[in-house]
Amino acid sequence: MRAPVSWIRAHADLPEGQTPQQLAARLTALGLKLEAITSPGADLTGPLVVGRVLSLDREEHTNGKTISWCRVDVGPEHNLAAPSKDEPGRGIVCGAHNFGVGDLVVVALPGVVLPGGLAISARKTYGHVSDGMICSAAELGLGDDHEGIIVLDAAEAEPGTDAAAPLLLRDDVIEFEINPDRAYALSVRGIARDAALGAGRPFRDPADIAIEPGAGESYPVRVDEVAGCDVFVTRSVTGLDPAAPTPRWLARRLQLAGMRPITLAVDVTNYVMLELGQPIHGYDRDRLRGPVVVRSARPGETLRTLDGVERRLDPEDLLITDDRGPIGLAGVMGGQDTEITAGSCAVVIEAAHFSPTTVARTARRHGLGSEASKRFERGVDPRLQRAAAQRVADLLVRLGGGRIEAGETIVGEPAAPAVIALAADLSARVTGIAIGASAAIAALRAVGCTVEESHPLQVTPPSWRMDLTDPYDLVEEVARVVGYDSVPSVLPSAPPGRGLTASQRLRRRVGRGLAGAGFTEVVAYPFVGGSDLDGLGLLGDDPRRRAVRVANPLSEREPLLHTTLAPALLKVLARNAGRGFDDSALSLLTRVFLPGSGPLPPAPILPVDRAPSAAELGALDAALPDQPHHLALVVSGQAGADRTPAWSAALAAVRDVARLLGVPAGVAADARAPWHPGRCARITVDGIEAKDTVVGHAGELHPRVCRHFGVPARTAYAEVDLDALASRAPDVVPGPAISAFPVAKTDLALVVDERVPAGAVESALRAGAGDLLESIRLFDVYRGHPVPAAHKSLAFALRVRAPDRTLTDDEVAVVRDTAAAAARAAVGAELRG
Amino acid sequence: MMPAHQPAYDPVEVAALQPAAVDAARDDAVSAIAAAGSLDELKQVRLGHAGDRSPLALANREIGALPPQARKDAGARVGRARADVAAALAARSAELEVAVEEQLLVDEVVDVTTVAAGSTGARHPLTTLQERIGDVFVAMGWEVVEGPEVEAEWLNFDALNLGPDHPARSMQDTFFLDPPEAHIVLRTQTSPVQVRTLLARHPPVYVVAPGRVFRTDEPDATHSPVFHQVEGLVVDRGITMGHLKGSLDHFARSMFGDHVDTRFRPSYFPFTEPSAEVDLRCFVCLGRTPAVESCRTCKGEAWIEWGGCGVVNPRVLVACGVDPDEFTGFAFGMGIDRTLMFRHGVSDMRDMAEGDVRFTRAFGVEV
Ligand SMILES: [Zn+2]
Repeated sequence: MRAPVSWIRAHADLPEGQTPQQLAARLTALGLKLEAITSPGADLTGPLVVGRVLSLDREEHTNGKTISWCRVDVGPEHNLAAPSKDEPGRGIVCGAHNFGVGDLVVVALPGVVLPGGLAISARKTYGHVSDGMICSAAELGLGDDHEGIIVLDAAEAEPGTDAAAPLLLRDDVIEFEINPDRAYALSVRGIARDAALGAGRPFRDPADIAIEPGAGESYPVRVDEVAGCDVFVTRSVTGLDPAAPTPRWLARRLQLAGMRPITLAVDVTNYVMLELGQPIHGYDRDRLRGPVVVRSARPGETLRTLDGVERRLDPEDLLITDDRGPIGLAGVMGGQDTEITAGSCAVVIEAAHFSPTTVARTARRHGLGSEASKRFERGVDPRLQRAAAQRVADLLVRLGGGRIEAGETIVGEPAAPAVIALAADLSARVTGIAIGASAAIAALRAVGCTVEESHPLQVTPPSWRMDLTDPYDLVEEVARVVGYDSVPSVLPSAPPGRGLTASQRLRRRVGRGLAGAGFTEVVAYPFVGGSDLDGLGLLGDDPRRRAVRVANPLSEREPLLHTTLAPALLKVLARNAGRGFDDSALSLLTRVFLPGSGPLPPAPILPVDRAPSAAELGALDAALPDQPHHLALVVSGQAGADRTPAWSAALAAVRDVARLLGVPAGVAADARAPWHPGRCARITVDGIEAKDTVVGHAGELHPRVCRHFGVPARTAYAEVDLDALASRAPDVVPGPAISAFPVAKTDLALVVDERVPAGAVESALRAGAGDLLESIRLFDVYRGHPVPAAHKSLAFALRVRAPDRTLTDDEVAVVRDTAAAAARAAVGAELRG
Repeated sequence: MMPAHQPAYDPVEVAALQPAAVDAARDDAVSAIAAAGSLDELKQVRLGHAGDRSPLALANREIGALPPQARKDAGARVGRARADVAAALAARSAELEVAVEEQLLVDEVVDVTTVAAGSTGARHPLTTLQERIGDVFVAMGWEVVEGPEVEAEWLNFDALNLGPDHPARSMQDTFFLDPPEAHIVLRTQTSPVQVRTLLARHPPVYVVAPGRVFRTDEPDATHSPVFHQVEGLVVDRGITMGHLKGSLDHFARSMFGDHVDTRFRPSYFPFTEPSAEVDLRCFVCLGRTPAVESCRTCKGEAWIEWGGCGVVNPRVLVACGVDPDEFTGFAFGMGIDRTLMFRHGVSDMRDMAEGDVRFTRAFGVEV
């Protein structure tokens, strides 16, 4: 809402010296938030004066243009002596022709700088020295009217006087961001009321006018849909002069408030809406057919609205109709058939009160927000309609030469506002400010409430405050009048807390560990499309294809919520690679959304006047997909440390994460999209029910996946269900028993078939070696003579130690032999030479 | 006492035990030791002058041949000489060993400027900022709570006093899952976590809920369809707006420095009443003249818009099963992305969301 300060001041006795900035700050402190202050006209400087045209010669020039060579009286202070018999004045060349001798015009004398920076000086043109410029409205920043120059009324000013004043050129305009609970401030009336409150000065209510309808009814109205329209008032004005112009003061105020002047009748309705906050619709009475009826739309009805759009109406739309059918969307926009035009002489004024919900739904349904719907949605004062209609009628009579027809149609009556019981000390208890009962009562009265001083207080909000329904609403009113600055700063003392949860601590640990291991964490949107899943090579029955769908996605190409982090992370990698960062190790820790196999049930909408039952809460949760945290890692290019292949770096990183969480993780070969079928490991943990629960995969991506997402060849990717992994993390880490006895080291070289995974050999050795084995490590893989073809030699280093004694050589040999025997039994491993 | 029997006398051997000869042998040895320029040379000198075939060793062997009365003197003489030689050898050996090590240290010089910094990773600042905020409140005894991002419409709106016709519930603003009649949304705020918390535990409740939220905004410099919030909720007996102010002042000081505080302006949120917007005193210029006039952080305003807050609307307490006559509460919410932007001078939201490694790496592992 934009409000010219001069307009606010017309209704609030503000202190003389109060600057617009001070006024805006005061109103912001009262809850009308300052958006911007502008000072139209401030960018025009220098002598802009009223001039009277003394003489005028039309001259046709060789370039085909006709100019007016004028002599203009710009007042004794600015006039120059004439070179000949002419009267004192200035010679000015003007290209416009909409004026004549004797007219009052606006002259920018040399020294003026116009909005936009054009500096006026005396200059030679068309064979004359033009000693200034006669101005059009557009040149002065008074709108976009380039049709000729401004001609002032003879009564408006004297030659030589400052032209800015009669033009209302300069003003300050405050733009407010109005919160939904302050609908009353979508009007100069409401803003001025709070401005006066803020300054402690009197407020003059522009709605406080004499309503003189005369006897009888005005234009006939019937309201069929009472729930959508509780008040409907009409008045009629006839005998309007269609040619009557909108006076400059009214047009200028509309313009400063951000609306375009159109015709007098339309401008007056807009003016009254801005002034009072009551949207007005004016009908050309000669185009109405029969009584106005307010009703819901019928199937198949259509309406061409003022913006020229033919709209198919919904049965829930509230309509204004006459005998021909719909003539307006109630509270939103009128129809073209009955609109006021430049030729209208008789006007029916509609001032109604429509249900906020009805208007909001209709406006939303038709994508049609208007100044009227904006006000009705938030709530218009339901006792304002008669005054508003009177005000429109008065202005039309005064400015358009019409007369008010006797009679007023009033259909309906607004409900009386509910009385709110308010404990006198509630404001103090809620705000922490020491507010006595009398101060609270005074504050409520200051904002227009009626307060009956009983126990508890009986408070009736004013008609323009539909938002005040609860005691706490009144507390906010008291607090803003007393001032939010008075709220003390007191630290509450919380009961002792338990710190972060285990899951929160584990996620932090993983984040730090990965950063230390060289991974750069990124964030990503959760939106993916079917082509992303195709690009991963997921088959039709892959559970990761079962994704929840967004009904209104930002992009139709990405309507799904991801079930795997691969598309998100690979796109980030591709973006980085495109920016020259091929060697990247990235991590992404966020949720995936897994709807499971069956369709999810809908979530209920529960009542809000009580807490939901456990069953109801269960129904809410049952409607939601699983949302576990996944961790995804990607390694590309040379990012793997020490020239290890990317796949092994990614796998090692996942194992490190498991180790950070204190969870023993197993690794085994697997074949799964989107990985290279020969370079994919599944990560397993001891299951709670079954052994070896799969929690993730790591390995090199399939070459086709790399190409699809545009990431470097041989990029490695890992993804684990971090919640599943973390759920195995020990709550309490058991302390180790440290043996001080010496370690015995022994190596084993085993020859196995090429297809036997080293991990299987290691598991067998570990199982065979028994409890004395402290650690085992694969340190060499050898192929070639004398190892037979299609075989490999794996060399393991074993460390053997007893908790209670120094092992003898024989004991160590037994460990070594039983380990080797186990490997032979399990995978056919032969001891090498 | 002279021996009774005089053995055969060899004049050459006896000459080797003459004092002059012993001294000469010692002097030869000492000067050869001094001349040895390396440990290898010294080894040769040791063989020649202290080994089994050295003059002094040979002389020592002759002592037995002397008449008993002469043995004592000769023994002492040779012993002294051999001790002198041994001492000289030890001293020279130590000298040469030191020299060798010194040379080794010189030879092993490296160019320390060839070492590149290790490619350490980094944590995303939105993550670490959320953790840091959590730590501020945990230090006050509060707890950090979390909840689902895909959330029931009732928890995201109705329970928070946003009725069915509230504009925020439209598909213009909120992502609905398909079909919309299933009443599942991508949460537009972290407030449903507060509702879940109140439904799950009895007051007193002191929690913060950081997390990711979603709105249907096209990404640009100041908007993102996915962003982050932290909300706080306290429900206890006797809670006032003053406690809200005190908590936010402490939060502000913990994040921005000791001289920073907050300011309230009346505002509107369906789930709080009274409601306020919170401004943060500019932590760069502190609103002081003349610094404030050229301050780019607050753009000369002295205050930075930080978030919204208020007293928990009793209607919300009722929907959460809390008796509003017994308990009052406050809630606040701040944008984490926005906080990161003004705290660290980030000008484009897309930088935070795109995943460019340069952005994350600039922040290291803490903010
Ligand atoms: Zn500043």
